[in-house]
Amino acid sequence: MSDQAEKTKHILVALVENKPGVLNRIASLFRRRNFNVDSLTVGRTHRSHISRMTIVMDGSGISGRRIAANLFKLINVIDVAVVSEEPHVSRDLALIKVRANDADARNHLTQVCDQYPAHIVDIGPEVAIVQIAAQEDLVEMLIKELEPLGIVEMVRTGVVAMGRGVRILDSPYEPVIPATRNSNGNGAYQVYGV
Amino acid sequence: MGKVLTGAEILLECLLREGVDLIFGYPGGAILPTYDTLTKYPQIHHVLVRHEQGASHMADGYARATGKVGVALATSGPGATNLVTGIATAMMDSSPIVCITGQVPRGAIGSDAFQETDVTGVTLPVTKHNYLVMDIHELPYIVREAFYIARTGRPGPVLIDIPKDIQNEKIEFVYPEGEIRLPGYRPPQKALPDEIEAALELINAAQKPVILAGHGILMSGAMAEVRELAERAQIPVSMTLLGKGSMPENHPLNLRMMGMHGEAASNNAIQESDLLIALGMRFDDRVTGNLKTYAQGAKKIHIDIDPSEINKNVPVDVGMVGDLRTVLTQLLPGVKRASHAEWLNHIRDWQEDAHERDIINRETEMLMGAQVINDLWKFTGGEAITVSDVGQHQMLEAQYYPHQRPMTMITSGGLGTMGFGLPAAIGAKMGKPDEEVWAIVGDGGFQMTLCELATARQENVGVKIAIVNNSYLGMVRQWQEFFYEERYFATPIFSPDFVKLAEAYGIPAMRVTDRSQMEESVEFARRHDGPVLIEYVVEKEEIVYPMVPAGADLDNMIRRPKPGDVGVK
Repeated sequence: MSDQAEKTKHILVALVENKPGVLNRIASLFRRRNFNVDSLTVGRTHRSHISRMTIVMDGSGISGRRIAANLFKLINVIDVAVVSEEPHVSRDLALIKVRANDADARNHLTQVCDQYPAHIVDIGPEVAIVQIAAQEDLVEMLIKELEPLGIVEMVRTGVVAMGRGVRILDSPYEPVIPATRNSNGNGAYQVYGV
Repeated sequence: MGKVLTGAEILLECLLREGVDLIFGYPGGAILPTYDTLTKYPQIHHVLVRHEQGASHMADGYARATGKVGVALATSGPGATNLVTGIATAMMDSSPIVCITGQVPRGAIGSDAFQETDVTGVTLPVTKHNYLVMDIHELPYIVREAFYIARTGRPGPVLIDIPKDIQNEKIEFVYPEGEIRLPGYRPPQKALPDEIEAALELINAAQKPVILAGHGILMSGAMAEVRELAERAQIPVSMTLLGKGSMPENHPLNLRMMGMHGEAASNNAIQESDLLIALGMRFDDRVTGNLKTYAQGAKKIHIDIDPSEINKNVPVDVGMVGDLRTVLTQLLPGVKRASHAEWLNHIRDWQEDAHERDIINRETEMLMGAQVINDLWKFTGGEAITVSDVGQHQMLEAQYYPHQRPMTMITSGGLGTMGFGLPAAIGAKMGKPDEEVWAIVGDGGFQMTLCELATARQENVGVKIAIVNNSYLGMVRQWQEFFYEERYFATPIFSPDFVKLAEAYGIPAMRVTDRSQMEESVEFARRHDGPVLIEYVVEKEEIVYPMVPAGADLDNMIRRPKPGDVGVK
């Protein structure tokens, strides 16, 4: 991805309470405000009651700050940062299944993967699965290079991102009621984060 | 150690601690445990509505008249979905209400059980926040949070959905004292010092400033601060529809309403100003007109408690997020005295022109809606709480019923909900029983929620209902006349005999067809303690002037012709 294209994307990170329905609230907000989401990932943090989302949005016509202000209005959103406006690290993981049914194809595949932070993680007589975890633009480039081989299946996690350095996005908050009672008994909500 | 209580008892104990003594609701299967428990809580008066939409509007009207949180109660499924219009209305106008709905038992959720609806899903986009209670231990925390969220920050509706089995479940009840812990909810308070500096620089340099006074002034209680700002620097004040009452309307600096049906002087002043000071308002399309040509020569300062409002519709030079009263208190010491005499004189010329065009003092063949409102103002001494519905009469109320006090003008501004008037007026009157409350409604909107006449009768609520009957959906008819080549389709509307209808409900009623009866009609309304209905039969084809066509430039108004103009008496 060129610098030009990168400027039109906002990457936001949101810390949210790990409660049922939170993902729905965020998706509903974006839909009703007509915000265009490229990717949204959600996962645990080192605190069991806090989840972390990375949201990549089309930035044309709206500032990252306004998107953040809207997110912040949601009660379950603890904190928001527009990480694309600061130095940050971002990663997208892809699993790409390609045709590799002869020696030429396999050799070619190995050569391509050597030029990227990519590995062949599964291989059989017909197809192979390539895994890459890198910046989004590198993932895009690899996909382009693999296209001639024949991509038959692909999955991507969407971007996860983190600001660099000592600006820490975290919340010391502890819930009033530990989320144990209506759970599966192991101390965490059964339906995690969504 | 606390007592062992049921979920329903815990709910009502928590409501008592929030100061709730009035609930508007309608029973049904999934909320029955709570209704049954209400028999043990005579401190809480329950008002039986005739449709749940009435309950949410009544809670809203109560909240807007009193500043307290209004409460509505309904059952699951259809009971809850019927609340939605009232919830959306409260959301758009930032009105603090808490709606409590019954839900099917936890075990049945997701099974398409009888009267099951995903109510938290349905209301998610139209509530400030909502809760589905899945653990009785969380119930007291949730009720406390709900009221706190509803009334603080930018107020709004909060819904609590409580499964029936939780209402019946028993636990030891300990009320959660102490601080409410909501890690993601920190309503902003103060503006930053450099923002204050930047704003002061603009204010003290302005030659043609205008204050845009919004609803936020009333909610923040910043009336005195706004007046101080206006008077000290002699800044004229233009009000949004919901900003009415933020400054006395007879104040010489008050330019009255702005926007689509605002005063021409207000709109012209905004367009010509060199500084707009927007206070607790959100640049709605009905007040800006065409955004591309909106106040192009003006710098803009925007103070609002909601950060997402800053730069939403109109890019501003200084945006300050905080409680309006707090921010104005920060700002005021730096505001220099000014006279702006030339600017104010310039505005006065526009005001005189508008006065010449006015219809209220003209002889007309038929009674005019504008005259009805003007005379209601006159004979109620301008002191009533008015609750309007939506349409022509609503705009006429805004134009011809000046309000001197805050929170005396109640209307559905943002959502424009027809049917709001009568139930909201019932809620307002129940919240302010010592005030004179008039529901001013049209023949169209009134018929959307007229079932609440029965509620007013059953509770003997002394609300005075003024139906301005022009036999048309007048505002739509007006658009058809101006923009759809006079094709009056689906706007002529049949109405029942409203006087007979009221009498069928046991409500005294009278019909007014001539201006000479206006004073008598107000006296008639005041003679009865309970509800009274008065039908004012008015000119069918009255137009609300001035009008900015949707999307047109704000100063591009369709004006009422002057008496000397062709074709005018």
